[in-house]
Amino acid sequence: MNLLELHNLKKYFATQKAVDDVSFGIQQGDIFGLLGPNGAGKTTLLRMITGIFYPDSGSINFNGKPFNALKDAEKIGYMPEERGLYKKMKIGEQAIYLARLKGLSTADATEKVKHWFTKLEMQSWWNKKVEDLSKGMSQKLQFVTTVVHDPRLIILDEPFSGLDPVNANLIKEEIFNLAKNGSTIIFSTHRMEQVEEICNHIVLMNKGKKILDGTVNGVKQEFKENIYQLKAPVLPEHLMTDVFEVVKLDKNQLLLKLLYESKPNDVLQYFINKNIQVESFTEVLPTLNDIFIRQVEGTETARSFQHIN
Amino acid sequence: MSKIGLIIGREYFTRVKKKSFLITTILVPLVIMGFYAIIVAVAIKGDSSESKQKIGILDEAGIFSDSAIKNIDTAKYRIVKGETEQTFVKKYKDQGLFGFLYIPAFNLNKPEGIVMHSQSSVGLSKTMAIESMVSKAVFLKRLQTLGIDPEKYKDIDASVSVQSTIDTKDGSKKSIAGLAYIVSFGCGILIYMMMIIYGTQVMRGVTEEKTNRIAEVVVSSVKPFELMMGKIVGIGLVGLTQFAIWILLVGILQSLLPLFMPDMMQQMGGDGATAVKSGIMAQVSEGLSTLPLLKIGFLFIFYFIFGYLTYASLFAAVGSVVSEDQQEAQQLVFPILMPIILGFVIMTKAIDAPDSSMAVFGSLFPLTSPVVMMGRVTYAIPLWQIAASAVLLIGTFLLFTWLTAKIYRTGILMYGKKPSWKEMMKWAFRKQ
Repeated sequence: MNLLELHNLKKYFATQKAVDDVSFGIQQGDIFGLLGPNGAGKTTLLRMITGIFYPDSGSINFNGKPFNALKDAEKIGYMPEERGLYKKMKIGEQAIYLARLKGLSTADATEKVKHWFTKLEMQSWWNKKVEDLSKGMSQKLQFVTTVVHDPRLIILDEPFSGLDPVNANLIKEEIFNLAKNGSTIIFSTHRMEQVEEICNHIVLMNKGKKILDGTVNGVKQEFKENIYQLKAPVLPEHLMTDVFEVVKLDKNQLLLKLLYESKPNDVLQYFINKNIQVESFTEVLPTLNDIFIRQVEGTETARSFQHIN
Repeated sequence: MSKIGLIIGREYFTRVKKKSFLITTILVPLVIMGFYAIIVAVAIKGDSSESKQKIGILDEAGIFSDSAIKNIDTAKYRIVKGETEQTFVKKYKDQGLFGFLYIPAFNLNKPEGIVMHSQSSVGLSKTMAIESMVSKAVFLKRLQTLGIDPEKYKDIDASVSVQSTIDTKDGSKKSIAGLAYIVSFGCGILIYMMMIIYGTQVMRGVTEEKTNRIAEVVVSSVKPFELMMGKIVGIGLVGLTQFAIWILLVGILQSLLPLFMPDMMQQMGGDGATAVKSGIMAQVSEGLSTLPLLKIGFLFIFYFIFGYLTYASLFAAVGSVVSEDQQEAQQLVFPILMPIILGFVIMTKAIDAPDSSMAVFGSLFPLTSPVVMMGRVTYAIPLWQIAASAVLLIGTFLLFTWLTAKIYRTGILMYGKKPSWKEMMKWAFRKQ
């Protein structure tokens, strides 16, 4: 079942079409990646989903019903790209305050904040102020304030920026846990390696429009270019064939692209016929990064090859 | 509604718990009072050290002879005989005198050339005391030369004072113009200052939330309007708390004042000190009782609350469109401050002429009425004027809040360039 459905969402500002006729659905329990270059309209779209903006036209369905910003706010946790916390307020107090704004009682809020602080080893921060925290620490705090009220939908705008690898992993684990427990997560980022690692569903936006929608694997399959990597102890310098063309040749490693109607087996057959011992043979799928760049910049395929190792 | 309560609570308690709140609320009035106390104490002390040493009177005019001598306080003055100005200048220090008063032989119709010799400067009050003493002596001498008995003159002399009386339904009461003036002016200046101080606080708070991006987190939980009103109301309550503490402090200080300054009263009044003092006190309390204190209190609270609310929404709108750059804020704040300052100017005039057309206009016009009405508050204001002013003020408050909330809603989520007036107007008047 789709937890969230967007239908023909539009939001125009005076100078630009920030979001121009975007529709997609997100399933319950998904970890959804919303991708796009700067200025693609991601933040505007997220603000409509969090009820900060009203769409000019189109509709949002949340949990099967039309989205009601006021009622559904308590079921949504939003972590904006630019962190927002009161600098002069004590951390424990602040976390409880933000949780209460999401509709928790004081007792509930205190208990849950303490639970999360213990989980992420932040107990000693309780009486400190935000201005005493490093960027990474306040990031952790911001994450806690976003998820403390057990939201059904968690929206994270660039959640890992400023975190060291240890803390980034900690947060990543928590995100997986939350998704496992039924929360749906929307990720907005332009860090593609994170998306590949975490998300199972992505939408790519550019200039206010949706230009890609699918699972990570599905998108990769869609954009694959029949490139394979083959390893062998010895490779001849000149490989003349109409089965594939050589993309790149190292000493014992070959990157090749299938030609015409050839199949992987034809490649293997070719090497067997040449009596070359094949050590490994794998398909190389494009990274999301490549797809992203290609889609956004509209550059030709040849350019992205240089990123492949 | 419980969420707006939460926001009000946060705004209120984070401010009240701050050290700077305690300092401004308790310390500042104490420091000011202490400052005055020190000035008064120093003045008295200087006076008393001076008065420990006597002052000589070298009277060549002979005005302190005979009957006039009775009027001299021998604890403070000593008549010097058989000296001239030149010879005594060298001696008075050794004789333990603080200084001496030289009165040359002069024409009684033209008493001139009186000189006070001393080694350090003579205080103002001392000089005045000496002047009045010499004047009296000259006066008595003149009576003598005219052949009038001073005792008889005292019987003839007349001193008349005029008391103003306000006729009310419950009979007539005495009034004191000065006291009414002080009460009016005090109320007006308090509202004026509070509107600016707390309005600026609202503006800063909004800008802080905007630049910290916390606004974005909060408005994903509550309506922007709730955030704005929560802040405005929370800060307003801080202001009312401050008033309450001040009233308490003034009460305490007033009851403490006579304890450590009985001396002062004595010094000031001289012989009839207690009589004069109790006379003043009685007059003040009688004067206060003639003022419609309940009405003043009610109007003060009313105009403070709605004046503050009206302006606070404007300040909030400004806070929402500027970034941390203080100069940007100042440019936009200026047009808001103008009517407040104008109100203050009209208020000072309204105290003197409470029924002038300027005063009436100022107390009806909603942008100046909170301050100007205070200038007229001790007078009988026609009821229709109060009602009209109140209705206009509340109406303006509602209108401004409605318009500024729309600017605020857009402003707190916009980053980068400050919007132009035209853009802000567009935000304010667009539908939705």
